[in-house]
Amino acid sequence: MGANETMELFNENFILGCSAIGAGLAVIAGIGPGVGQGIAAGYGASAVGRNPGARGAIMSTMLLGQAVAETTGLYGLLIAFLLLFVKPLLP
Amino acid sequence: MGQGILLSGGDNIDFMIHGVFSYNLFGQEVWITTSHICLLIVVLVLLLFFIIGGSVFRKGKTVPAGFQNFAELIVELLDGIVIGGMGEKGKGFRNYIGVLFIFILFCNISGLLGLRPPTADYGVTLPLGLLTFTLIHVNKFRFNSLWSIWKDTCSPLPPWLPIWAPINIIGDVAVPVSLSLRLFANVLSGTVMMALVYGLLQMFAMVWPAALHVYFDLFSGAIQTYVFCMLTMTYISNAMGGEE
Repeated sequence: MGANETMELFNENFILGCSAIGAGLAVIAGIGPGVGQGIAAGYGASAVGRNPGARGAIMSTMLLGQAVAETTGLYGLLIAFLLLFVKPLLP
Repeated sequence: MGQGILLSGGDNIDFMIHGVFSYNLFGQEVWITTSHICLLIVVLVLLLFFIIGGSVFRKGKTVPAGFQNFAELIVELLDGIVIGGMGEKGKGFRNYIGVLFIFILFCNISGLLGLRPPTADYGVTLPLGLLTFTLIHVNKFRFNSLWSIWKDTCSPLPPWLPIWAPINIIGDVAVPVSLSLRLFANVLSGTVMMALVYGLLQMFAMVWPAALHVYFDLFSGAIQTYVFCMLTMTYISNAMGGEE
């Protein structure tokens, strides 16, 4: 195995490893939606406590808001998937 | 799978879209992929359902029974969602939203039947987002004067100072992208998760993945369907303006 080939193999593995680290960093984006959904669920619970009759409307509004808040976390997840499975950084 | 990080587990982790066969279209190589096949299956099942429903309702009874009862239940549920989301002015959208709802729901839960959910392909969700985008802007121009649209476009600032307009236009363009990416990423994450469970934990994946299927396919799929339709209705009724 020539020095050039070894270098190429090293480069490839180095890029794959860095992609894995990048994917791990990208899914840190999940913290934000977690906090946000928790806050939404907490306010939803307190709203049901104050007005149990409006449970259905509160539930659907809460789920809608949570699903919208989830989007930013999903963007991070998409970036992680791209880095891991599509491997755009490999030459 | 090739040389990946997941190589340490099993080789049969499979959630990618595969080509089935290719043909030439004007000199371009075009592939028919597994998502086309799954989409075709979903559409055929829905078509069968609609044809049976149509033939049942052609000789429908005033006191419904059996299948007619079931179909009326679904239609009333969907109409209730649309009327609840858009009010009386949304009556014309009952057909579109209902079809959208049933289509996305069937696509999402087709993962239960061993298909790869067609909505886990960005080529399926982006057209859905673009349909919503078209509907938003068609209705905006149908129900508002050009002057009020221009005033909306430079909204926080007065209409003779349109420096805020580019930001609002970017916000408009972001709507279909975020709608379609939300659906796509949710379904894709479920698909990847199930593929990892079945691929990496082959020995132990006996009965308990059923619980994961309930969450990823049924719960998440239904919630995302509801959210997609709800957001479509909200955007359209915002674009139609406030007058009741």
